[in-house]
This record gives sequence, C-alpha cells and structure tokens, in this order.
Amino acid sequence: MQKILSILLENEAGSLSRIIGLFSQRAFNIESLTVAATEDKSLSRITIATTGDHRVVEQIIKQVNKLVDVLKITELTDISHIERELMFVKLNAKTPDAREEIVRTMEIFRGQIVDSTNQLYTVQLTGKKEKLNAFIRSIKRQSDIIEIVRSGCVAIARGERALVP
Amino acid sequence: MAQELFSGAEMVVKALKDLHVKYIFGYPGGSVLDIYDALFQQNDIEHILVRHEQAATHMADGYSRSTDKVGVVLVTSGPGATNCVTGIATAYMDSIPMVVLSGQVATHLIGDDAFQETDILGCSRPIVKHSYSCRSATDIPSMIAKAFHLAQSGRPGPVVVDLPKDKLNPDEKYPYHMPSEIKLRSYNPTIKGHSRQIKKAAHAILSARRPVLYVGGGAIIAGASELLGQLAEKLNAPVTTTLMGIGAISGSDDRCLGMLGMHGTLEANKTMAHADVIVALGARFDDRVTNNTSKFCPGATIIHVDIDPSSISKNIHADIPVVGSVEVVTQQLLEAFEKEESSLDAEAIAGWWKQINQWRAQACLNYQKNDKVIKPQQVIESVYQETKGEAFVTTDVGQHQMFAAMYYKFKRARQWINSGGLGTMGFGLPAAMGVRLAHPDSDVVCVTGDGSIQMNIQELSTCLQYNLPIKIILLNNGNLGMVKQWQDIIYEGRYASSYMESLPDFAKLAEAYGHVGINVSDPTKLDDAVAEAFALKDRLVLLNVQVEEHEHVYPMQIRAGAIDDMWLSKGVKA
Ligand SMILES: Cc1ncc(C[n+]2csc(CCOP(=O)(O)OP(=O)(O)O)c2C)c(N)n1
Repeated sequence: MQKILSILLENEAGSLSRIIGLFSQRAFNIESLTVAATEDKSLSRITIATTGDHRVVEQIIKQVNKLVDVLKITELTDISHIERELMFVKLNAKTPDAREEIVRTMEIFRGQIVDSTNQLYTVQLTGKKEKLNAFIRSIKRQSDIIEIVRSGCVAIARGERALVP
Repeated sequence: MAQELFSGAEMVVKALKDLHVKYIFGYPGGSVLDIYDALFQQNDIEHILVRHEQAATHMADGYSRSTDKVGVVLVTSGPGATNCVTGIATAYMDSIPMVVLSGQVATHLIGDDAFQETDILGCSRPIVKHSYSCRSATDIPSMIAKAFHLAQSGRPGPVVVDLPKDKLNPDEKYPYHMPSEIKLRSYNPTIKGHSRQIKKAAHAILSARRPVLYVGGGAIIAGASELLGQLAEKLNAPVTTTLMGIGAISGSDDRCLGMLGMHGTLEANKTMAHADVIVALGARFDDRVTNNTSKFCPGATIIHVDIDPSSISKNIHADIPVVGSVEVVTQQLLEAFEKEESSLDAEAIAGWWKQINQWRAQACLNYQKNDKVIKPQQVIESVYQETKGEAFVTTDVGQHQMFAAMYYKFKRARQWINSGGLGTMGFGLPAAMGVRLAHPDSDVVCVTGDGSIQMNIQELSTCLQYNLPIKIILLNNGNLGMVKQWQDIIYEGRYASSYMESLPDFAKLAEAYGHVGINVSDPTKLDDAVAEAFALKDRLVLLNVQVEEHEHVYPMQIRAGAIDDMWLSKGVKA
C-alpha cells in the first residue's frame, strides 16, 4: 500500500543524497520524491511516496529519523491530509475532432491548456494520483500521448497539525 | 593585544588538541601536507605513521574500543581516503567512535577529476554516522568539534570530515573559535527510558519464571557492566552475551553462560530458546544470533533496550521496546523493581537454574586433545593461563576468532576486541597496536590466522618504529579455516580456494621486520613457547603455532534452524 512521508531536514550539501542513499541501501521503495527549500532557507521539506507493510514503513521512519540532518518525519497516510500532484501531458491534437475531445475530457478533470501549437496541446492537471491516472486512461482512448511529466506528490496534514522545527 | 591567527591546517591541529587528542593515525600525501607541517611543529599530539591507511583506521578503532575515546585518522585525498573505507565500515558496524580527517583537492578543482580526487563523502555515505565537508577555514574548529560530538554520543560511529586543500592554506590566517558547547537542532539521542516502558518492562521481568539477559555491545559502549552485574544478581538471572558483548560480565561469573548464537554455547542457546522473558540489552538480534528468525524463541516476551530506535523491532518484534542507554535504563529498571508490588518467584527461578545447569553439564566446549598435534582451543587456553585472563585480546576473523571468543574467559569490558559486525580480516594486528598505545603497560595479544595476518602484515614495520611489543598468536592451520569448515559442512569438502599453498615462514618474516619469531608444533612444548613469548616483555613476538588443520569450531548452529538447533561436534546434534 502507498504511504506518504513528510520530512523536514537541514538544507545542507549532501542531505538529500543521504535520504536517497538510505532508501536504496536498505532496499526501500521510492514511488515519488519531491524536495524544495522551505521559507526558512536553512531547511528543506521532502515528500516521499513509498510502499511497504507496517513493519517496513516503521523501519523507514526510524532509519530516516536516525540521519543526523533530519529534524522530523511523519507519516501522513493514516491521518487526515491533503495530497496533490502536478502533471503536464503533451497530446497530439491534429484534427479538430481530437482537439474537441481533449478539451472536453480536460474540462471534466478540471485541467488547463497551458501550451498549444498547430499539432499539439499541453494540458496541466493537478490532483491526487488516482485522478491523474484516470485522466491518462481516458485521454489515451481519444488521442496520442506524446509526453507526460509528473511532479510526484506533495502533501500536508489537515487542521492544526504542522511539520515545523 | 592582537588576536592570534591560525591557518586552516593549524586550526585542525589546535582543534584536536583542544579536544584532548593524544594520537592520530595516518599517512601523508599532497592534500594534507599543510596539516602534517602543522603537526610537525608541535609536541602535544603524536602522529603514528602506518604502512597502509586501512591499518590507520583499525588502529584508531582498537585505540577507541579499549578506551572509549574517539579514534582519529588523518589521510590524504583519493587513494588515501578510499583505503580507509573498510576500516570506516568496520567501525560503523560495531558502533565505534572515530573521526576520519581526509584531505581533498582544492575547492576550485572539485568535480574536475583532478589528480587524487575522489568523492569520499559519497563513497563513505552508507557507512558513516555523518560527514562534513569544509567550506571555510573558520568553520574547521566547530566542524571537528561537531564530528567528535556525533562520533561519541548516542549510538557512536565514524564521522568523516573532508578538508579541501585550499582551506588549509598556511598563508591565510583567521581567528580561531572553538564553541564551548555543541548543539544540533536535528540530533537529540534519547538516553533515558520512557517511564511507562520502564514500568511495563519491570513488571514483565518480575513476573518471569525463566528470564534471561541477552547482552550486546551496547552494554559495553554504555559502560553498564557494574549495573548489569547488579541486575543479574537482583534477578538471579542467567546472562548470555553476543560476540560484541563479551566482557560486559565476567566470563567466570556463575551467571554467565558465555556467548550465544552461531557458535554460542549449548547452554546459552538452549536458555534463550526456553526463556519466557528475554531482556535484550544493547543487542540487535543479528542473524548470527537468531538463526532462522521465524523460529526464534516463539514463546518469549521480548524486552528490547537500545539507544538506537531503529535497532528495535528491526529483525525481531519487541513486545516491550525501551529506547535509551543500557546503563541508564538498567539503573531505571533497578529503581522500578523497588516500586513493583509483585516479586520474583524464587522457586521458579531455582527450577530454571536446575534446567540450565543440566545443559551446562554437557560441557559443550570440551574437545579432544591429541599428543601429536596442537589443538587451536588449547592455544587459547594456554594464553589465558599465561596472561591470567588479564590481557587485551584482539583477533582477526575466522576460526581463531571464535576459539578466542569461546576459550579465553574475559573479565572486563573492552578487553575483547574484534570486528563483530563486518567481520574484517586484517583487523587484528593494527587494532592490537592501537590498544597497546592506549595501554602501554598491559599485555596485548593478537590472535590471528595464516590468512588474516597477511591482510595487514606490513604493520609489523610500524610496530618496530613505535616500539609496540604485542604478542601475535598465529593459529596456523595452513588454510582459510572458517571457509574450509563451511566447505566441509555445506560443499562436501570441495576446497575451492580455501587452501593457501605457499605460505611464508612467518617466524622468519617477523624477524625480517626486526621482531622475534617463534615456531611451535609439539603439544608438549606449547606452554613453554607461550611463556617464552610473554617473557620477552619489550619485544614483539610472533608465535607461529602449527595447529590441527581439520579442526572445526563447535558448537555450531544448524543453518535455517531455531536458535538452539546445533551441531555439538561432527555429525552430533544437540
Ligand atoms: C576481508 C575479508 N575477506 C574475506 C573474508 C571471509 N572469510 C571469513 S573467515 C575467512 C578465513 C580466515 O582464515 P584465517 O585467517 O586463516 O583464519 P582461520 O579461519 O583459519 O582461523 C575468510 C576468507 C573476511 N571475513 N574478511
């Protein structure tokens, strides 16, 4: 089952490589990983989507916590949280029919066209992984997908909870 | 008065001085020559020039294991640094505090594949507790202080500090600032056990009818021996130690069942298998202990005390986890017993001992002597007698290591020094040298094999230079004994590359390095030869003992079985 982990760590040279190295060294999965500095430039925030049973995830959390650079880690999966992923899809839109189909589907999924040429549409979509997957499934039937890029998920807890130093 | 200014190189040396470092183990090269020059101009710190950087790490490691101080290594960039990798990994696996200062090419060259450039931080990342790269000379004192703090606090481990050459420049001088206290917002090891967990653990322990204390290296690191003794006495509980925990309780203590695990005693493994409450103190349920985890002590309640939360429930689920230092938690447990209403069932415990003593009576460590050929076990017993159980003993890895662990009864913590986690051949000799530097008045013995000794034999030269009269007890069986043992048991005696034809004349080799070499192969002359070696107080002696070549280490766990599924001798199951 997919689990989402949020990590707050020192924004130091090498700290990201320690996280990634840990996952490969201990044979933990990374489904997606996003990282960026926080408002406080000395800290970075990472969201990792991983898979594993309860025992594996417990080990991941403990091992990540053990890294000297890591201030905090929490698992968001089991608490109320919001997660989003951003995706761009470049689609073949050669015929007027195809264009119409794309626009219709895109509207259902609340996407936006962010670039277009005579031949192509680039659609931007945000949402949970499942929604993005569903969009890909339906658009595949109507037009050729040229390219897809996904950001991996970012997530935050609902309500009062906050991952701060 | 004008403030005194220091170059980066001088700061390195001053910082080490301020951190009370006495010895640095190292080897020079281009990127660290400024540090060597600064070392040359002072007398507080002695630099020990090794013959191979790997040996520097093991020496620093042995120095640390025998004292609890941080071992310090200084090497040049590129090959100097990569030669340290095995030693860093060895220290990491056994949680030994070590700081490795590695030179690096100048900052503007990093990434250019410059001469002797290696990304040593990348190479060592999975085998260090942490690492630092120096960005500015003025950071050097605080960076080294942080490295020391991390190396020795919490669960100790090695820390690498990478020092680019331009940050060491003797022509650029700055004020020196050493912080009085180290605080890291992201690092706060838990030392004291949570009171609720302590209460639960105390209750479970007092309700036990068949308790056992399973003690690992964490007890030695924490300095918990005395409290551990009190705990064992209070509970009248049997104690078994891991390979790394040997010495945490005296091997001659009545309650000590010896080592458990793959080559553990019958009584230790049986006691574990039949216990109703297992109290793991600074041990990590390593695969060399548990054997098949799915068959591991199914009936027992497991209380796991460890300073590293990630050790708990990693291999075996802990019913009552307690995060904290073994020493502090043991103290807390002793206090908690006073508050508990229940008390031990002394009768049940007496029955438990009766059972344990029956296992003990099988005397699993007995072995057949032979009047033609020396048995390796016999050599360890002879060394034990000669040194009255007081020597520091280091080993390499193989059968000789197990024989030393099983047949030398260690009295105290830090007396037994071996590479338990990584199992590094080549560890023994340099480790013994580090021990001897720290304990110049003690007997220091390196028990080794004909394979292992050749992995760092060049250090005999260092021993001469610094007058380190250690005793090398070479159990020469003419082959890679432990490999051969597995080939006998698992591969029907097909000795693929476990036989070492063309061994050197080890005694002569020792002499060539300026030391004393003694040969012995006659069992009746063994004790005299050992006595002769130890009588030469001021000389390094290599005692080359020709031992039985087909001996196996027993007892031995049967692969994939339960903890107490064991061979007691060839073809004889427990
Ligand atoms: C650096 C390294 N390489 C390989 C091994 C695998 N290994 C474990 S024991 C052993 C044989 C050791 O032979 P020797 O030193 O002669 O000791 P003996 O077992 O004969 O006492 C080997 C090759 C190891 N532990 N370390």
